[in-house]
Amino acid sequence: MPFIPHTEQEITEMLQAIGADDISALFEEIPAHLLAGELTGVPEGMTEMEISRLMHARASQHPQSVCFLGAGAYEHHIPAAVWEITTRGEYYSAYTPYQAEASQGTLQLTYEYQSMMTALTGMDVSNASLYDGASGLAEAVLMAVRGNRKSKLRKILVPTTVHPSYRKTTQTIVQGQNIELCEVPYDETTGVTSLDAFKQQAGDDITAVVIQQPNFFGNLESVDEITDWAHENNMLVIAVVNPLSLAVLKAPGDWGTTGADIACGDGQPLGAPLSAGGPYYGFICCTQALVRQMPGRIVGRTVDQDGKEGFVLTLQAREQHIRRSKATSNICTNQGLVVTASTIHMSILGASGLEKAAAACHANTISLVKQLSQIDGVEPAFNSTCFHEAVLKLKKPASEVLLALAEKNILGGYDLSGSYPELGDAILVCATEMRSDEEISAYAKVLAEVIA
Amino acid sequence: MLIFEHSKAGRKGAPQSPKLKASVSDIPDSFLRKNSAALPEVSEMQAVRHYTQLSQKNFSIDTHFYPLGSCTMKYNPRACNTLAMLPGFLSRHPMAPEAQSQGFLACMYELQSMLSDVTGMAAFSLAPMAGAQGEFAGVAMIEAYHKSRGDDARKEILVPNAAHGTNPATATMCGFSVREIPTLDNGDVDLDALKEAVGPETAGLMLTNPSTLGVFERQIETIAKVVHEAGGLLYYDGANLNAILGKIRPGDMGFDVIHSNLHKTFSTPHGGGGPGAGAVGVAERLKPFLPLPVVTKEGEDYRWMTEKDLPQTIGRLSAFMGNAGVLLRAYIYMRMLGREGMVRVAEFATLNANYMMAEAKRRGFELAIPDRRASHEFIITLKNEARDLQVTAMDFAKRLLDLGYHAPTTYFPLLVPECLLIEPTETEAREVLDGFMDAMEQIREEAKTDIDLVKGAPYTLPVKRLDEVKAARQLDLAWKADKAK
Repeated sequence: MPFIPHTEQEITEMLQAIGADDISALFEEIPAHLLAGELTGVPEGMTEMEISRLMHARASQHPQSVCFLGAGAYEHHIPAAVWEITTRGEYYSAYTPYQAEASQGTLQLTYEYQSMMTALTGMDVSNASLYDGASGLAEAVLMAVRGNRKSKLRKILVPTTVHPSYRKTTQTIVQGQNIELCEVPYDETTGVTSLDAFKQQAGDDITAVVIQQPNFFGNLESVDEITDWAHENNMLVIAVVNPLSLAVLKAPGDWGTTGADIACGDGQPLGAPLSAGGPYYGFICCTQALVRQMPGRIVGRTVDQDGKEGFVLTLQAREQHIRRSKATSNICTNQGLVVTASTIHMSILGASGLEKAAAACHANTISLVKQLSQIDGVEPAFNSTCFHEAVLKLKKPASEVLLALAEKNILGGYDLSGSYPELGDAILVCATEMRSDEEISAYAKVLAEVIA
Repeated sequence: MLIFEHSKAGRKGAPQSPKLKASVSDIPDSFLRKNSAALPEVSEMQAVRHYTQLSQKNFSIDTHFYPLGSCTMKYNPRACNTLAMLPGFLSRHPMAPEAQSQGFLACMYELQSMLSDVTGMAAFSLAPMAGAQGEFAGVAMIEAYHKSRGDDARKEILVPNAAHGTNPATATMCGFSVREIPTLDNGDVDLDALKEAVGPETAGLMLTNPSTLGVFERQIETIAKVVHEAGGLLYYDGANLNAILGKIRPGDMGFDVIHSNLHKTFSTPHGGGGPGAGAVGVAERLKPFLPLPVVTKEGEDYRWMTEKDLPQTIGRLSAFMGNAGVLLRAYIYMRMLGREGMVRVAEFATLNANYMMAEAKRRGFELAIPDRRASHEFIITLKNEARDLQVTAMDFAKRLLDLGYHAPTTYFPLLVPECLLIEPTETEAREVLDGFMDAMEQIREEAKTDIDLVKGAPYTLPVKRLDEVKAARQLDLAWKADKAK
């Protein structure tokens, strides 16, 4: 059931204008023996009514669970206006703003987005977005390698407290470029990475260090001293941050004496629904010194012929459509529509709204950890300060416990045994501002039954 | 006016904040920020009005004909958006148990199968989040394949000089050197040059077919043979898949690996620059290297494949499942088209392009490749107008905006001087195509009688031509509270 407007008469007249007998004549340059037969793997077409019935049925296969699962994707309140405006056709069905005069809406919005991200991260500049947080870290690593000209060895220190999928993704993307990612272990008592651990991994020539704040366990790393140490030793500092946490936590631009050099992360907590894992967006910000190493699109403010304010894509000489094999990245499309949502989200909430949401996440998680830890057979794994996630050790197998909780429609957390076997049976839990006191108490009650 | 300029200190939106009176005072000061971030302080209505008004400054498919070559700006059916945003999909956490995600996983599995069928490939991974990431995955698989055979000498990727910029940029990202292969005047690859270029260092050839010149590569079987006999693999850039959907399959042409831009062929929204989706498909011999995650079916149950299932995988490309919501939209669109619909898409996209090309010729415009069938797009070169009237392709593009048409792709492919690459898509009606060609004629007349009118365009948009040099030299990339007036 394709969306095609042609009438029979139009088809006839158009073929006449072309000078073709029929539509198949338009494909006469394709060797006939290569033409496909019927597509057996594609079902017959559906009307909108039929597909609607199917998709409602598919969606209803998913139980509505209460979510205490985070691990890089968080359930937050999103004002109804955010996606109402975002899915207006003028945003939804526009393309990359190559014709600036006909794209001032998207361009100005992107400039405002860049401004908001630099405000949150305390960095000088932001690009127009990357795909997601994980691939954003890979781009940050590549950017650091280009940007740190004093370093020759292309070695990057990456604590194991960085999100495991981020580390895997980065490995996939940088592996073709002779870059070495060196793991830095965390302290088993605190669940954070000590400066000594960095020092032990460091040789003479390290290009950059990565620090995730809060780290994957939800704990707060000593970002100031690590940043200063890294800079004293000619390394660049890459901050991986949760943008919502930056409403209350120190901005990467203020880490240590001089601030991080690159800040990246996933924008999902700022207006993107969980949506089975995407689309989210990656953000990346940096110091002015590194702006020409930035991948992806950047919007700049300028003036038109009459001196009137306007916005354009700028610094395009870095990009693949101009530089081809010498571009800073192959990235072309980014995540424009999700950035649109995020910009509207940040505008509606403002700094005070984001601060309240962040503080509520923190308070709910503290409350959750306190209640769950009172259960016999559940204890906190670390003694550090956390933001809105924490690790709990269980006396029963984590996978079984989580499955039992899921059957009671509670997503109880993330099983750490795959990526961190040394922790034994441990789960990562999260309670955002969406969780009520009743839901938190209910989780404690059910967990006590499951673990008993 | 920027949203920041609507801001008033102390203005808040109470309905959107939790009632819970919480603080972070238990977190040590050294971890906390000292001042609030300089975000706008506006009411909800101010934000809604501001961003609604901004949207009205955009051209889009929903408001304008948008014949941007190689971008496939077709109608984005609203059902795809509405159904992909059902609460059952939106509220699903990416790490939710598989047993509670069967509806979503079923869609992904069937999407993989439909893509495999319509492209003639053995298997698909939906992981890549855009065309360029699909290219990355494809070239990384080519590298992994050669390495797995102990063939470490293959350090070169061949790319026709008409290719998209992402092709050479991707090859470089994967650690390959790039060699460009020239294109003949008739749009086909220079076969002699290709034969000379291939050898023991050839890892593969990246090809778009139909090419970016808007014609079908007729020698594709010979090209496949030359590359394969040299030990290389053949990569299909799916940017132009809309032209041949269901008519001829890349797998049957001899391609070993392909990416499909779901935001082009399968009508997921372009969203002002993403999110896209660049699913990758492979022939049998590349299956072990597919990027994760991939969905598989065991009995009646769907589940994710992991490193245990695919130990030779090139790895992950995102934290979770790529652009899942975009994939759902593509799934819905494909189910609506169905098998007959796919073929009709290619047929009518091609009909529209050939009709416009015939009209362009009739109206005296010079075609880049005049004696061949167009694919789903074609190229006008305005080199004569540039020479005789001093009017450029960019002038035409800007004046078209005034007349209510988004401009075609300009100055690409780089081989054709003063070019417009025009792709109407199958969803446009004939009268729109005629209107566009009328506008092209009108602009040429204007260039003869009143060149300044064309040179000064556009006049009817929110801004006139913008100073890009100033933008690049005096970088202003963010509004800063301390620099504002």
